[in-house]
Amino acid sequence: METRFSSKLVNAVRKGPLHAAILLICLIWFIPTFGLFVSSFRPANLILTTGWWKAFKPPFVFTLENYYKVITTSNMGRSFINSLIISIPSTVMPVIIAAFAAYAFSWMKFPGRDALFLLLIGLLVVPIQMTLIPVLRIFNRLHLTGTFFGIWLAHTAYGLPFAIYLLRNFIGELPVSIFESARLDGANHFDIFFRLVLPTSMPALSSLATFQFLWVWNDLLVALIYLGGTPTVAPMTVTISNLVNSYGGGWELLTSAAFISMILPIMMFFFLQRYFVHGILAGSVKG
Amino acid sequence: MYLKTLLYGVLAVVGVPVVLILYSYLIEKLVDILKPEVRRWLRPWLWIIPAVAFLGVFLIYPVINTIILSLKNADSTKFVGLKNYLFVFTDRNMLIAMRNNLLWLVIFTFFTVTLGLVIAVLTDRVKYEKVAKAFVFMPMAISFVAAGVIWKFMYEFRPKGTAQIGTVNAILTGLIPGFKPQAWLFNPAINNFALIVVGIWMWTGFCMVVLSAGLKGIPTTILEAARIDGATEWKIFWRIIVPLLKSTITVIATTMVINVLKVFDIVYVMTNGNLGTEVIANRMYKEMFSFHNFGRASAIATVLLLAITPMMLINIKRFGQKRG
Repeated sequence: METRFSSKLVNAVRKGPLHAAILLICLIWFIPTFGLFVSSFRPANLILTTGWWKAFKPPFVFTLENYYKVITTSNMGRSFINSLIISIPSTVMPVIIAAFAAYAFSWMKFPGRDALFLLLIGLLVVPIQMTLIPVLRIFNRLHLTGTFFGIWLAHTAYGLPFAIYLLRNFIGELPVSIFESARLDGANHFDIFFRLVLPTSMPALSSLATFQFLWVWNDLLVALIYLGGTPTVAPMTVTISNLVNSYGGGWELLTSAAFISMILPIMMFFFLQRYFVHGILAGSVKG
Repeated sequence: MYLKTLLYGVLAVVGVPVVLILYSYLIEKLVDILKPEVRRWLRPWLWIIPAVAFLGVFLIYPVINTIILSLKNADSTKFVGLKNYLFVFTDRNMLIAMRNNLLWLVIFTFFTVTLGLVIAVLTDRVKYEKVAKAFVFMPMAISFVAAGVIWKFMYEFRPKGTAQIGTVNAILTGLIPGFKPQAWLFNPAINNFALIVVGIWMWTGFCMVVLSAGLKGIPTTILEAARIDGATEWKIFWRIIVPLLKSTITVIATTMVINVLKVFDIVYVMTNGNLGTEVIANRMYKEMFSFHNFGRASAIATVLLLAITPMMLINIKRFGQKRG
């Protein structure tokens, strides 16, 4: 018993530097977010005069006032809802449309299929900047600038190359036998797609949806361009970046606003981490 | 107003899937009444056409159009030849932007990949691997805007002698006697590096996850055999792990390069490109929105595309190899 304990101890000491290094890394990655989180609950005058770590020394002064203020006066409540309204259709649309395309790419033969897919791979890395001016002009002509509908369309298109690519990799690898037996049973493509392909592709679809949702939720550029400065439709990223520019040192508003925008991504990160990781691996390694 | 917005939202959430499901139902009904030859030919296109339409209108047409616009003047009324490109490669601000993008390219790519690999290897040896990796990975989930706010607060500066409220200055003045607090985002000698650190903080997790998966794919027998032969961990890292992960490292390095060429949000939020921190994408935004010079903005975007093209070719080639 004692020898086992001591050998464990020796092992732990030998691994000491390793544990210390990992701890340091975790701290470096954690402290910035934690500092913001703590500060968002401190009164404005304290944020400006003492470091956030002083909050853990008496007197412990915390407040919810910053959140109240930023939601009621800085348009953050409205922006939160806008972010949701922008993100949900911008996730659902590309996922379903990409699944249609991925199904056809994988299980139907047509001339030009491979060339079209190579074009898609090329489109994967085209910078969005290449599309901003022409699309904005189309939007202006059709009065889609500053509308939710316009930005749904834009996000759908921008998400499609990656979405089709990821889903084709998955749907293309489903076993041939399941399609054959379904067809023998008289199922048409509509049935096969909705009863067979979509349910079996759930892991890939979930990864993709998680990814696309976070991408849209966190997007600044597309919203800046196509929604303009209209506060009634601005998502949180736009509202916060305006806050940064106009308030400069208003840390009590900035910290709480930033944290409100992070709540959903952080929750998704903890609950859907598996899908998140799968999406990254499917998109980058399998390539 | 709120109610209207919510209604709009509910409509969208329900309406979008309904429309799409209806579409696929109708096309299948439609092809069923056609002759078999036509059916066979038409069916794949009907499934693919929504995607092709989106890509055509929002990606392919705009790319071609932007290249044409880059040869025209500010309001696209007449051709000016390569004048806009001359501007891109000679204007002082553009040159600063390109220098900074190069700086980002080298430092950001090097550190995200290296740190990602080191953290993947280190955490592979402990039982709490998952928890440790979650800390590094978490910033991937939040927006660049939020990260910008977080780090602006980290970099906050107070003159020497007053209490520092920014974590970076507080730690450095605490640890190093006589350290002079720095205005990290305002001092032109260091502000670019300060911004790049934010990018590294956000993207290292991505590299770590991918490399960690690659690491798990290395058979433990190889590593054990090397250990039995008396190889040190250092040697195992350089002689076995790095060579075996070479293709994975290339893939993520390419991804990082593509990301970094397009870097925008961090700079826009934290400095808006002032005091020598300009980058290409932010310059394009300014030409487009502040100066309304669509010719110049298009030329900048096209240069960005050209810079990314080699990466695109690598991607296509890699894909071809995998299939062949």
